[in-house]
Parts: sequence; C-alpha cells; structure tokens
Amino acid sequence: MSTDAILSFEEAMEKYDPVLGFEVHVELNTKTKMFSSAPNVFGDEPNTNVNEVDLGMPGVLPVVNKTAVESSIKIGLALNCKIAESCRFARKNYFYPDTPKNFQTSQYDEPIAYDGYLDIELSDGTVFRVEIERAHMEEDAGKLTHMGGATGRIQGADYSLVDYNRSGVPLVEIVTKPIEGAGSRAPELAKAYVAAVREIVKNLGVSDAKMERGNVRCDANVSLRPHGRERFGIRSETKNVNSLRAVEHAVRYEIQRHAAVLDSGEPVIQETRHWHEDTRTTTSGRAKSDADDYRYFPEPDLVPVLASREWVEELRATLPEPPAARRKRLQADWGYSDLEFRDVVNAGVMDSIEETIAAGASASVARKWWMGEIVGRAKTADVDPSELGVTPETIVELNKLVEGGKINNKMASQVLEGVLAGEGTPAEIVEKRGLAVVSDDGPLLEAIDAALAAQPDVAEKIRSGKLQAIGAIVGGVMKATRGQADAGRVKELILEKLGVEG
Amino acid sequence: MTELNNSELIRLSAAQLAAKLAAREVTSVEVTQAYLDRIADVDGQVNAFLHVNAEEALAVAAEVDAIRAAGGAEAEALHELAGVPIAVKDLIVTIGQPTTAGSKILEGWHSPYDATVIKRLRAAKMPILGKTNLDEFAMGSSTEHSAYGPTRNPWDLDRIPGGSGGGSAAAVAAFEAPLALGTDTGGSIRQPGAVTGTVGMKPTYGAVSRYGAIAMASSLDQIGPVSRTVLDSALLQEVIGGHDPFDSTSLTDPFDTLVAAAKTGNVTGMKIGIIKELHGEGYQAGVENRFNESLELLKEAGAEIVEVSCPNFKYALGAYYLIMPSEVSSNLAKFDGVRYGLRVLPKDGPMTIERVMAATRAAGFGDEVKRRIILGTYALSAGYYDAYYGSAQKVRTLIQRDFEAAFAQADVLISPTAPTTAFKLGEKLDDPLAMYLNDVATIPANMAGIPGLSLPGGLADEDGLPVGIQLLAPAREDARLYRVGAVLESLLEEKWGGPLLDRAPVLKAPVLDSSSTIAGGSN
Repeated sequence: MSTDAILSFEEAMEKYDPVLGFEVHVELNTKTKMFSSAPNVFGDEPNTNVNEVDLGMPGVLPVVNKTAVESSIKIGLALNCKIAESCRFARKNYFYPDTPKNFQTSQYDEPIAYDGYLDIELSDGTVFRVEIERAHMEEDAGKLTHMGGATGRIQGADYSLVDYNRSGVPLVEIVTKPIEGAGSRAPELAKAYVAAVREIVKNLGVSDAKMERGNVRCDANVSLRPHGRERFGIRSETKNVNSLRAVEHAVRYEIQRHAAVLDSGEPVIQETRHWHEDTRTTTSGRAKSDADDYRYFPEPDLVPVLASREWVEELRATLPEPPAARRKRLQADWGYSDLEFRDVVNAGVMDSIEETIAAGASASVARKWWMGEIVGRAKTADVDPSELGVTPETIVELNKLVEGGKINNKMASQVLEGVLAGEGTPAEIVEKRGLAVVSDDGPLLEAIDAALAAQPDVAEKIRSGKLQAIGAIVGGVMKATRGQADAGRVKELILEKLGVEG
Repeated sequence: MTELNNSELIRLSAAQLAAKLAAREVTSVEVTQAYLDRIADVDGQVNAFLHVNAEEALAVAAEVDAIRAAGGAEAEALHELAGVPIAVKDLIVTIGQPTTAGSKILEGWHSPYDATVIKRLRAAKMPILGKTNLDEFAMGSSTEHSAYGPTRNPWDLDRIPGGSGGGSAAAVAAFEAPLALGTDTGGSIRQPGAVTGTVGMKPTYGAVSRYGAIAMASSLDQIGPVSRTVLDSALLQEVIGGHDPFDSTSLTDPFDTLVAAAKTGNVTGMKIGIIKELHGEGYQAGVENRFNESLELLKEAGAEIVEVSCPNFKYALGAYYLIMPSEVSSNLAKFDGVRYGLRVLPKDGPMTIERVMAATRAAGFGDEVKRRIILGTYALSAGYYDAYYGSAQKVRTLIQRDFEAAFAQADVLISPTAPTTAFKLGEKLDDPLAMYLNDVATIPANMAGIPGLSLPGGLADEDGLPVGIQLLAPAREDARLYRVGAVLESLLEEKWGGPLLDRAPVLKAPVLDSSSTIAGGSN
C-alpha cells in the first residue's frame, strides 16, 4: 500500500479552495423491509431475516413499504425539501453477489424529495447553509465478508460469505449540492453536517441512527480548485466513512492529498477512496467515471408512488420540533449563557438535563450535576454521560437530600458512586453507608460544650461580638464528629449556647 | 361409478366435468387418473409435460371426493371446479414440483414458495397434473427453444404447437388436461391456442397476479387460462384472477362477471371492428378465409361489423423487440449460479465470482435467451437508451392511442390470431425474424395491456390445420371477450357439427415404435 504525498492543511488552504459534497445513507427502522415482509432487524443470525423476495428467487415481485415512504417524506420535510406528488423507482443494473437480483431497486431520476437545505451551526455559532439536491428511496444490499485474504477485501480472499439479512433494508440517500465557500472550516462543516443529518433522523424516529451499526453512512466527495476559479476540480469519493470524527478527518486528509497531487502538476484521478481509521488515510478504490453504465430504467414491477398534498401535510403536522429550534428554545427556557449551553450540547447532556428538569430539578441544579460530577465520571469510564446509568430521578433525589441538609456535597458524590455501583436508591445508600449529616442536636451539643471548654478564650471573644472567631470552635466540633455534622447547624447551636445574636 | 369410458371422460369440457363431479356421476380420482393415463399414453409423442405430478394430483382428487362423499357444509363450500385437474406452464413456481422455465439454468430447482395463482388453484382444490413445456423463459413462438426438447402439435406431430406456451396448448389439445395455465408476453397463450385449435385468453394486464410467474418482461407478462371452450377459460380466470397484494401492478377490480358473460349468448347490436392492419397481406389465404367466415357468422348473429385503422401497429413488433429484451436483460440477471440453480465453474483460469457467473450463464442459457439478453443490454446502454428503449416506450403510447381510437368505434376488435397455421418443426429455427413475425397480431394487446382471446376458427383449406380468431377488448373489459367469444364458438360449432378438436387426428398410445414418423424436429 503506497503512501500518498500530502501537503499541510494550512498550505493546502493557502493555495486551494475546497468544494464538498455528501451522500448520506440512512437506514430506516421500519418493522419490515423496503419491498418485502421480512423483518428489518440488525444483528440476527445471518440469512434468517429473509424471504423469497430478499433472496431474488425466480418469480418474486416487490411491494413498496408504506411506512418507509412515510419516513422518507418526513426526512424530506425535515430537510426543507419539496415532496414529489408522483415518483418512481428504477433498476440500477450491475452484477455483484451482495445484490441478489443483480440489480438494485432505487429511485433514479424521480426522487421522492428534492431541492431542500439544512442550516448547520458550527462550533462558534456560525450558521452555514448546505443545499440538499435530493433524498431518494432505495434498498440496501446484503453484507459480504471476505475470508482468507490479508486485507478483508474481495481481492486476495479465498472465499466470501454473504448475509442477506441487510438485503432490502430501506434506505434513504441524501445528496447535497456542491458545497462551496467552507474554506478551512470544510472538515468541521463535514462533521457538523453529518451530525445534523444524524440528529434529524434520530429526532424523527425514522432511524436508529447508530453510525457504528451502519445506520448512517457517509460518502464524502472532495475536490479542490485554485482560489478564484469557478470551475470545480476533479473529485474523489471516500466511501463509508462511518463515524463523525472520521468524516472530519477524511475530508481533511483528502484536501491535503488533493493539494499535493495538484501541486505536483498531476491531475486528480476521479475515483472512490477507502478510509482507514487506523492510519487516518485513504487508499485508492476503483476508478469511477460518470460513464459507469448501470442501464437504469423504470422498475416495471412497481407502480408510481403517489404522495397527495393532504398526506404530506398530515405528515408535516406530525414532525417533531427541529433539533436546532429546540436547542434555541431550551437555552432560552433554562437561562444558560451561550458558552454554558454550547458546553452542555458538546458534552451530549442536553437531553439528560431536559429530562432532569422535567423530573423536578431546577435548570442550574441539573446543569451542575450533569456538567460536573457525571461528565467527569463518564470521561473516566469512557462512555457517554447518558449511558452512565444516572437517571433524572436520582439527580432530583440527591439534590433534595443536599438541600434538606441530610447530606453535604461531599457525601452526595459518595452516594452517587453507590447508585452507580447498584447499591440502591440515594436514600438507601445514605442509610447503608451511614453517611447522614448528624442532625440530632444531643451529640452535637456535647461536642460543642467540649470545644468551648477547651478554648475558653475563643468563647470569650465570641461573646464579646468577635463572631469571626467562631471558626475555631466549629472546627473543633467537626473534628470531634469526623465531619458528619452540619457546619451551619453547629454554628447556630454555638451562638445559641453563648447567647449571641448571629 | 361412471358410465363414461376414459376416452370419453377426457374429452369433456371442464364445465361438463364440474357438473358431473357435482352430481357425483364421476369422481375426481377417476377423472384425474384418466388424464394421468392419457399423459402416459400419448405424451411420449407430444412432449407437453416436463414433470407429471401424479401422486399429489391424486391426493387432492381423493380429498375432494371425500369431501363430496361426506356432504354437508364443506361439500357445499367446494369451488365449482374442485376436482377438475389442470396443467401448469413450467414458468409458474410450485412447491413440491420442479420449476425449470424450460431452461438448463434451473434444472432441478424447487421453489420454496407457490405462485399466487397456484395458491388459488390449491384453494379451489384443483388437482395439478404437472408442469408443461415452453420455450426457454417463455422466449419463442414454437416451443423449440425449450432446453428439454420441443413439444409437438397434436394435429400434426411434425409441426410446432406454437409458443412459448406450446406445452399447455398441446396438453389441452391432446386431451392430456382439460385446462392449463399459460403466460402471455407477446402472444404465448393466444398463438399456441390458435395453432392447436384451443382457446387461450390473455387477461387485462393486472387482472391476474404475476407473483410467482418467472418474469420475462414484467410490463408485458400476464398469466391466463388455456382451455377447450370459452366458458372453461372464463371459469378458470375467475379462479386465478382478482387482486393480489403481492403484485403491485395487480388491479383491484373483481373480474367476477366472466362466467356470466360467457353464458350471455348474444351479440345483437354489438359493434365488432376489423383491424385493417391485422389481416390481408402477409396472412395465409386459409387463415383469411376462416377469418372472413367468422365475420359473416357474427354479422348474421346481429353484430355490426366495422373497419378500424391502427396506423401505429406497424411499429409494434419493432418496439416490442426493444422493450421486451430490455426487461429480459434485467429480469434474467438473477440467474447467476450464486444462490440457486445451475453453477458452472470456469474450466481454467482464476476462480472469481465474475467468471463463475459468466461460465454459469454461458452454459445455462440457450441461444434465444442470450440473443435477447444481449439485445436488451445494448438497448438500455448509456447513449442508446433514448433512441431504443425511450423511442419504444413512445411507440407503446401510440399503440395505446390507436386502441383508444379504435374502441371509440367498436366494442371489440377482431383479427386472425396468427398470420399462418402451424409451421414445421425446424422451419424457422434459424431465422429469428421470421419466428418473431408470428406474434405480429398478438403483440399490440400486450403493449397496451388490454385483454385478448383466441378461439378456434376452423381449419385452413390448404393444410387442414387450425386457424385462430383473436378478439380484443378495452382494458378491464375481459367479460366482453367471453361474451362475444362464446357466441362465435357456438355459431362455429353449430356449423362444424361439434368441437373443432373432434376433427383432430386420433393420438394413440404407440403400439409400434413410432419415433420414425415424428422425427421432424431439429433440436
């Protein structure tokens, strides 16, 4: 595997202007497949979620999944697209063993959704509009596993296994128009765009949106042109970049690679590239020209998909609040500063905070817990904060214990640890671990008497109005009670005892 | 139980058999066994069947007999055709029997599912006698392109039985089955019907589910009945037809007035249109004579004969031979040796998936299939699509408009089904274009999705072979064809003094080796 020359990103940006384009495939989470009644389930025993249609048996016919059409329309609407009143499927003909019919049923020149846009907010709050060319319906292919070779690719493999469970899973492919003007923010925009699409389909409930499972897959197109030139350069298409971080890295790498190729005076080759997470580089796939001949023609086994305006409006009415609008609303409701809110979003705890507030906590308390104790622990455990196992109810209960003076903040951290260790509810843990702040005044009064007797001069100072001297007595009491006393209460009792107004 | 002997029993129509079964004058087992015996006796000469399904057919027959014998609600609920046996073109998938499509590439393959029409036959408890021969993947007009040898015409064993459904037509004509299922993409039900003296109906596109019919050209294919009488076809279409959620192109119309239409018995005041472009030049004189005779009879029965013109029909054959192979090239891509059917490994060189697919398809497909795949692949290619597939689709629209204009002037249209009577085996095998011309009168109906019925019109004077009369109606008006067809059939039979098939030569079980007299085939 030869290593391609690259330019530094800064130098590439000095010389060239990047143009991006994305094809994002979203697997829909319908109960059944795009054209058959077989279950659409991830991770089952290979070749069990298939019927004669998915296997391309002789004589079978496809039937369009209505829920998949609904989901596609919802995605189109969320991407501000127009929805076609009538659209058709076509056959994309090519021989490959992951495609049982040796053609893929896909929309070609009549997508269900077209001409949309998505406003992408970058980390500093800049909003960048990405134009959407189309969102069309198609079916997924089966999954090939190449055995025996060194690379895991078909070349050099001894044999290949095919799992048709994924064959026929409904997909929506979202294609952008060429994205110009991102400049050095292109890698960041790439990541933010895919994140936004993922967030939208998750928010719509039409996809499980798990990139690690391939529910959302991104092909990233990159080309460079010298600054000031209108005509696009030749593009590469990096296939199946399947994490947000990888999208950013792949775009960055391709910009650097293209720049080096152009600098050497060679033309960029129009081709697909494979992304390698380990080296964070791409390697050449197969040459791809616009002349690839898939012999598309309208799918004669299906009738046109009709989306009446009434139906589209019905679906529009069911759409949840768009994620960007929701963020604006939540920030206003919670009264967080821009910085505080961005930190919350970046830490991935916005939903958890919302749920915690709904469960009865104040906005500031919810933020304090999630952005402090929980984010810290999640980082240590290397999991998402929401996956740590802390429920909104736990936070509310913990906070009540603190506010009610039952425990102090230091103890609360220990109680949380107990909750995460599965020891029970906060109240149970306080009980079991004997963590309660000492609230019976009897033992406290004894300790206070002892402390006052031990430091009579300090007691005298307090009596004479030098209240700041009280710390020495409180310290003695806390020492005697091993920190379990409520310092505020101790202070009150001392003043009471000495007959001084606090 | 029956007073009829077997040779009388097998000559009864399906409707007559159904009546005798209902009256318990005969049992389904007797009927089914009589047909199985007939197949055993004569199919060595005819080669209509690729597979005989004796055991299952007899079991279904016995079940029907048991239900009838027990009486009561279950017997009452039996379908009219329950116990009446049927043969199925081997393009239609069946559990429990092989399905080959007449191709080596599917030799030995068993479908894991039943076609919708098969489910409906089973629901009606009609014993399935077996699977009938066809041109490979239904591509041909003579059944000579079957990988399993040609079927022979019962009227003359040296001649073709038509195609692609020659097996179904010959089985019915040779009294090896009272009914059969066919498929019609460009005439594969009607043209075999014409040359074997049987009735063949291509229903409106979408009137019968295609689920489980191995696709040749999806936008043209249609399953339909093959029978010896018009009423029998109507009875069978009512069994197999109606909406099917597994076929998106299936219509929701009930098509439940077909039998009633076949029993209407008059054509008074109906306008019957002769299509100017579908007779005359290029049509055999004996075909023209029988056609004119039918027109006279219809006129005498009170129909008004008008002439209509369909000027774009001259482009139909050319457009058909672009659309059909285009769809064929895609539909047959799945036969690659990866998941089922034949797998052939390359003799030498690297064992890559592409080379295994190529070797399998090279060995598994016959010449006519390859010819159409290549033609269709070319027609769909970038740079040629508009000129070929695109233009052909425009012609298709023009043909539909021609029909619309014609049906504004006539209730049904009439023409000869095929330009000639049955030709000799091997005669056109080396001349694909001459073979394609056989379908010139049947193709327009497929291009427009309208129903077409072929019924026997008599024998050509010059060769004594059957001539077919084709009736065409607007989409969804299948009932109209059964009405006119049944009237014309009764007028003709009155003239002949009985069914045309009564005049066919008697096929007998070979006592002596008769292979020397039927060695005309070149396959």
